[in-house]
Amino acid sequence: MGSRASSLLREEEIEEIKKETGFSHSQITRLYSRFTSLDKGENGTLGREDFQRIPELAINPLGDRIINAFFPEGEDQVNFRGFMRTLAHFRPIEDNEKNKDPTASEPLNSRINKLLFAFQLYDLDRDDKISRDELLQVLRMMVLRMMVGVNISDEQLGSIADRTIQEADQNGDNSISFNEFIKVLEKVDVEQKMSIRFLH
Amino acid sequence: MPALWHSTFFLVIVLLAISRPSLASQAGNDDLQMGTEHRTYKGTENGTTNLITTLPIVTWNWQEIQFPYLVALWILVSWLCKLMLQLNPSLTSVIPESGLLICIGWVLGGIIYWADKVQTFRLQPFIFFYYLLPQIVLDSGYSMPNKLFFSNLGSILVYAVIGTCWNAATLGLALWGCWLGGAIGGIDIGLLQLLLFGSLIAAVDPVAVIAVFEEVHVNEVLYILVFGESLLNDGVTVVLFNVFNAFVSLGGAKINAVEIIKGIISFLVVAFGGSLVGVIFGLLISLLTRCTKNIQIIEPGFVFVLGYLCYLTAEMLSLSSILSCTFYGVCCQKYINANMDERSVSTVRYVMKVFANGSETIIFVFLGITAIDPSIWVWNTAFIFLTLLFIFVFRFIGVFFLTWILNQFRLVPLEFIDQVVMGYGGLRGAVAYGLVVSLDEKKYKEKNMMISTTLLVVYFTVMLQGITMKALVNWLKVKRAAQTERTLAEKIQNRTFDHILVAIEDISGQIGHNYMRDKWNNFEERWLYWLLMTPSARKSCDHIFNIFHKLNLKDAMSYVKEGERRGSLAFIRKETKIDVDFYKKFGANFSEMMPYIMTENMGSDHVPVSSILWDSMPSVCLDMHEQDLKMRESEDVNAHHLLQQHLYKGKKQHRHRYSRKHLEVNKDKNEVQEIFQRTMMSRLESFKSAKIGVTPPKKITNHLKKDQPQKMPNGKSTDNSKSHAYGDEDGEFSEGDSASGCEAADGSFPMRACRGAGIVNPAFNAEMDPMPPMQQIPPWLAATEVDSSAVVPSQRAQLRLPLTPSVRSSPRGHD
Repeated sequence: MGSRASSLLREEEIEEIKKETGFSHSQITRLYSRFTSLDKGENGTLGREDFQRIPELAINPLGDRIINAFFPEGEDQVNFRGFMRTLAHFRPIEDNEKNKDPTASEPLNSRINKLLFAFQLYDLDRDDKISRDELLQVLRMMVLRMMVGVNISDEQLGSIADRTIQEADQNGDNSISFNEFIKVLEKVDVEQKMSIRFLH
Repeated sequence: MPALWHSTFFLVIVLLAISRPSLASQAGNDDLQMGTEHRTYKGTENGTTNLITTLPIVTWNWQEIQFPYLVALWILVSWLCKLMLQLNPSLTSVIPESGLLICIGWVLGGIIYWADKVQTFRLQPFIFFYYLLPQIVLDSGYSMPNKLFFSNLGSILVYAVIGTCWNAATLGLALWGCWLGGAIGGIDIGLLQLLLFGSLIAAVDPVAVIAVFEEVHVNEVLYILVFGESLLNDGVTVVLFNVFNAFVSLGGAKINAVEIIKGIISFLVVAFGGSLVGVIFGLLISLLTRCTKNIQIIEPGFVFVLGYLCYLTAEMLSLSSILSCTFYGVCCQKYINANMDERSVSTVRYVMKVFANGSETIIFVFLGITAIDPSIWVWNTAFIFLTLLFIFVFRFIGVFFLTWILNQFRLVPLEFIDQVVMGYGGLRGAVAYGLVVSLDEKKYKEKNMMISTTLLVVYFTVMLQGITMKALVNWLKVKRAAQTERTLAEKIQNRTFDHILVAIEDISGQIGHNYMRDKWNNFEERWLYWLLMTPSARKSCDHIFNIFHKLNLKDAMSYVKEGERRGSLAFIRKETKIDVDFYKKFGANFSEMMPYIMTENMGSDHVPVSSILWDSMPSVCLDMHEQDLKMRESEDVNAHHLLQQHLYKGKKQHRHRYSRKHLEVNKDKNEVQEIFQRTMMSRLESFKSAKIGVTPPKKITNHLKKDQPQKMPNGKSTDNSKSHAYGDEDGEFSEGDSASGCEAADGSFPMRACRGAGIVNPAFNAEMDPMPPMQQIPPWLAATEVDSSAVVPSQRAQLRLPLTPSVRSSPRGHD
């Protein structure tokens, strides 16, 4: 596994990915071997079925949406660069990065970008607003509904969605824009909650 | 509180009553040989040899009944102690239950001693090792979370083997150094004896660990590491103990390289041999349960009998019995759970818990009782103090050092806090005591000193560390941010983050991606399932089928219940559900809201408007809530409350599921099933519509019902019905992100033709023509030309009606 992986990934590519995403060399190689192990068709790209083969994702309420987030708009296959780009959102924010040159383009794992990722999970139609319906969809996915006797009805969910939007909405358009989203979560430690430690 | 005193009083009386006759009959014996072979029912001294002069109406048969009576009585007394503890919950939240049981043991021991002037009851080593310990180990093995265990096995082994050896060696050597230096005083002890003492006290005890960690909810990995270590280090302890015991007998002079090599070999043999015995027995029981279908009623018994035999066999071969029992449980759980009838599985689980809990209680009570015996106490302050100090220090050093090494190799490094808790959680317990008491007095002149020290160490670790463990965990666990009431958005978002993180971790293969595990799974599926599981069990291992089946059952049951309640099939589901829901769950909170919502729900047709319309006519819903401003506030609270209760927990939040006391029944499994099923549905639906190119309807309207008489392929309808078998309340799905890219609106009518069985049905695929929303009308309605103005069962009722075998099995494609 290891030798095959590094032979297929050229050095220049690794360098480029490193620059773009900020992962270290060994992290990239390790993730590449993961990529290839998921890529059963061995064509260098992953399709949705490849992701769906991961059993734990089937029992994740947001699994399918997250899979979707890997695929750029309208496409059905994602290559390794795209894979890394998405994963890069979850790199922990290192301290030295915080002092970086503010004029440089925002690194992929900055707070804003992390929040953008989360926002886009809700906002399927990409109109930069989370409407009540979209919120409700997500709520429905995340809520216990089938246990006997403990069900939450749709009105209740609807009222929760309404209240949530009320709390966040500032300009009164009954939906949450990205800025409102950011504002609502300003107290939440997004850097920590949206980061996983990638292995070296 | 009065109950407390009453039961104490009763206990005291009982104990006095026991101790008198027992003393009288024990002419000269110090210990009550509870497991002994001196059954006194054959011709006792003061029994049948007396001449009787008249027919006795009743006789006092104490002699004959004594042994079982005392056993049963002691079990009862120990368990009553546990009961007494529960009467005072504030106390148990501070001091762990094990500590309190020891204290009660002291009290009881004191009473007995005062009554008898000698300690008649003690924790005998062989009773402990043969009658009390096996159940605990069996339970640990059987309820061991296998996946977690094996993925951390490397670390566990490192801690168990290297850590224990390190602890033993350093303790022995340090004490020896102190002895040489004269700190301990002139006692008759040598290096070997000290090493032996070190080895028996070094081992972390599973009983104590479970008892204390039970109440401190640490994360899974930490728990499995400490717990796994406590189980697996028995292999090392047994070996070290026997080796040093033998060395002491041989005498220091005879030890040379050969003996040492033999010692190492014996370690390998004992450890692997013990595990092998366990695995063999595990295979045996799996094979056995394949055949026991017809004697289901005693099926559970086999598990226990074979488990006990496994333990004893290992003991017989002088292998590590704890290891064997652990692996027995670890190996057999999956297969016997699949093979046996559900009732048997429940029985096994519950009985295991009863035995294990009961044994644990008895052990701790007796640990307390045995302390009240001046004959064993030899107080050597320096020895005790040094032992405690060294145990502590060396444990921490060992843990930190080993963790540092392990972190280079582990998938998920252990944090500092976890290491501290692990070091602090090195509790000693009854195993050490059992070992020390079984020493031969002639070889070990200082046996009593060692016993006293061991007892004190056990008390110290169990009670002091037990008490402070919780506080330590809380203290180390980070500053709590000032908890301003979090907004709903934050709560939802937090949960979302959790799910996202877990998903990304799984995708990037950070945790659990294991080449070995995949290979093992493949091997298992190909060979072991075939060998060890009944054919029907094998089938049910197919996840999807399993879920499908269970949910069908559940839905069928609730359907029947509803039918019975209402007396007819023309009931309105939504209304009843609200009924059931609100009253059951929220009681007073919602009772005032209920009439409101109920009336609001009733549309003109007595069809619950909200269930169908609310997405297409959102104003209805919003109005409904906005109408009553005063309800807003209660609604606020309720909204939070609702959210809290119903959100999925997500994988990370599933901490500490493996508890001695609480049988985690199903809540997690239900969640998992639900999510899994929902995901499969949406994937299949998107797969199907990708194939056919149908975009599912975005909205549904009330007119849907009216436009009915449309034949639709029966296969599709039955499939639809099956797909909603799991009782989605409003018959809706959230098809958030189906791969075909269709934007499913939330009101989208759920009758996507999805089959839960995970196989795309070619029959219905073929007959799918792109149909407008009308397609979703079930055929029975179509066939019977329902008058739509009549009372129509709600959409959900329609969906559910076809859950009868006849409809389900109706041939596909029949119109």
